[in-house]
Amino acid sequence: MAMLSFERKYRVRGGTLLGGDLFDFWVGPFYVGLFGVTTFIFATLGTLLIVFAASQGPTWNIWQINVAPPDLKYGLALAPLKEGGLWQVITVCAVGAFVSWALREVEICRKLGIGYHVPFAFAVAIFAYVSLVIIRPLLLGAWGYGFPYGIISHLDWVSNTGYQYLNFQYNPAHMIAVSFFFATTFALSLHGSLVLSATNPGKGEEVKTSEHEDTFFRDAIGYSIGTLGIHRLGLFLALSAGFWSAVCIIISGPFWTRGWPEWWNWWLNLPVWR
Amino acid sequence: MRIVLSLFGFLAAAFLTIMMFTTAGWVRPPIVGVQTGFRGTGQEQLVSAQAKRIIEAANALPEAIDPASPSGERATAAYKNVKVLTDLSTEQFNRVMVAITQWVSPEQGCAYCHNTENLADDGLYTKIVARRMLEMTRDINKNYTAHVADTGVTCYTCHRGQPVPSNIWFENKGGPHAGGWSAHNYGFGHPGAANGSTAMTIDPLTPHLFDNAKIRVQASTSLPEGTSNASIQQTEQTYALMIHISQGLGVNCTFCHNSRNWASWEQSNPQRVTAWHGLFMMRELNGAYLEPLKVSYPENRLGPLGDAPKANCATCHQGVSKPLLGQSMAKDFPELGGKSAP
Repeated sequence: MAMLSFERKYRVRGGTLLGGDLFDFWVGPFYVGLFGVTTFIFATLGTLLIVFAASQGPTWNIWQINVAPPDLKYGLALAPLKEGGLWQVITVCAVGAFVSWALREVEICRKLGIGYHVPFAFAVAIFAYVSLVIIRPLLLGAWGYGFPYGIISHLDWVSNTGYQYLNFQYNPAHMIAVSFFFATTFALSLHGSLVLSATNPGKGEEVKTSEHEDTFFRDAIGYSIGTLGIHRLGLFLALSAGFWSAVCIIISGPFWTRGWPEWWNWWLNLPVWR
Repeated sequence: MRIVLSLFGFLAAAFLTIMMFTTAGWVRPPIVGVQTGFRGTGQEQLVSAQAKRIIEAANALPEAIDPASPSGERATAAYKNVKVLTDLSTEQFNRVMVAITQWVSPEQGCAYCHNTENLADDGLYTKIVARRMLEMTRDINKNYTAHVADTGVTCYTCHRGQPVPSNIWFENKGGPHAGGWSAHNYGFGHPGAANGSTAMTIDPLTPHLFDNAKIRVQASTSLPEGTSNASIQQTEQTYALMIHISQGLGVNCTFCHNSRNWASWEQSNPQRVTAWHGLFMMRELNGAYLEPLKVSYPENRLGPLGDAPKANCATCHQGVSKPLLGQSMAKDFPELGGKSAP
């Protein structure tokens, strides 16, 4: 793959966190780094283990392949490979691969001298995953509380785990997370359509600028958050969605074991009108 | 003005935040989990170790009462006006009386049901009710083993030392409200004990545990092919009933069901069969024993709509999947018609 003319000036040495100059090189367009190597190892091993686990299961149907966590009786100990042990090793590989990838992003940021917003954002996604398969199982005292790896099976887990709290939609943190998910898609659609509207004027007209974009929203709702602001808002909304998702599942079990509808009795029992 | 407003907003937010964190029900690890399905399906019952200790303490058995010989003088010969415990010896009969006093009216004593001048007198309504309850207890222990198994029930299962069991219910139409075109919520949107504090129907019990409303509302096909024409209201009624069952038993939906397919018996846990028998038992007991007693009760024992107090899952279970944690008192009380009854 040919290198673009301006690309060479960004390919600077240094900025690595670990490994010094050892892996400080590119393969084609991809920066490697020590964490590129660990990402590759963890991801490959994890994927192969998933395939192996699938081969030990009853089906090759892609929808029904299921790599389940151990029984609760194993607690926080290691389980036999075919009774959840594979799930445990795959989880280690997954966390290893995700964290390596985030650190690789950090190294690239350091090379370029830019902020760490991308790895930070990715870290929130990793946090959401780690909440499900590490933090919550640790708090509850068994790896068996993690979700199984399988397309249908993880959906079944979500459904049953939700119904452990009778009606999960009454979970306040779930409400906040869902609201943020809606808000982030709403903000993205407003932003995307606004940019496209300014860059796709009528035939024969010049492409419009951010002045036009700001004016559109000032006319429509009296306020425009601005070109930089919309990206701050978008990142905030998206990360909040992921963060509150993690909160809503971490509190379900370790800190609340009853139905979530009952939680709202605090409102009915306020000393103001009780 | 602006400062006052923002100060007020801050105080309100702080107050609400404190209140929601001090609400009853928050727990902390360690959590005791029981797996009720294949690993990784998310079928688990969770309870904090602290709550578990409280449940165990609340379900300790009362002091045992020495057994009585079934032979000897007949109760019918010794006492007048014996109508239900006709098959017992005097010794057994007295044992039941001692037990009832201990289980139902420990503070009020014999006089709660009996005219102490004349024990055979039927003047007190409590005696009429108690007699009917003895019949009901014997009926349950003999004929509802599909639900109560060999464990059986005694007066204590529901009463726990109180003349009126703590978990009884009355018909509830949600208070006065407009009808016809002005009707707005049809009993929905009133969180309460029966619907588990949800916005679903205020009274799922009357249609399902007294009347014979249809519980199965879910379509059995992926596409709307007419296998179920249940309305949203009927569906929420079923959902509210299921929440009542869960809370009465201190379990969650996955105790009986695998939520990937609620209707499928093959994918459900065996407990669902027991619960199914329990629903029928409840309807029959409320219909045959509890509601007809309304003619005997004084007005202060009746509900706001004039119906008799009735039983639901919580009446016996009291937040535990097996009442009294599965400890059988009935096996020591053949007088109440259990397995070892004559």
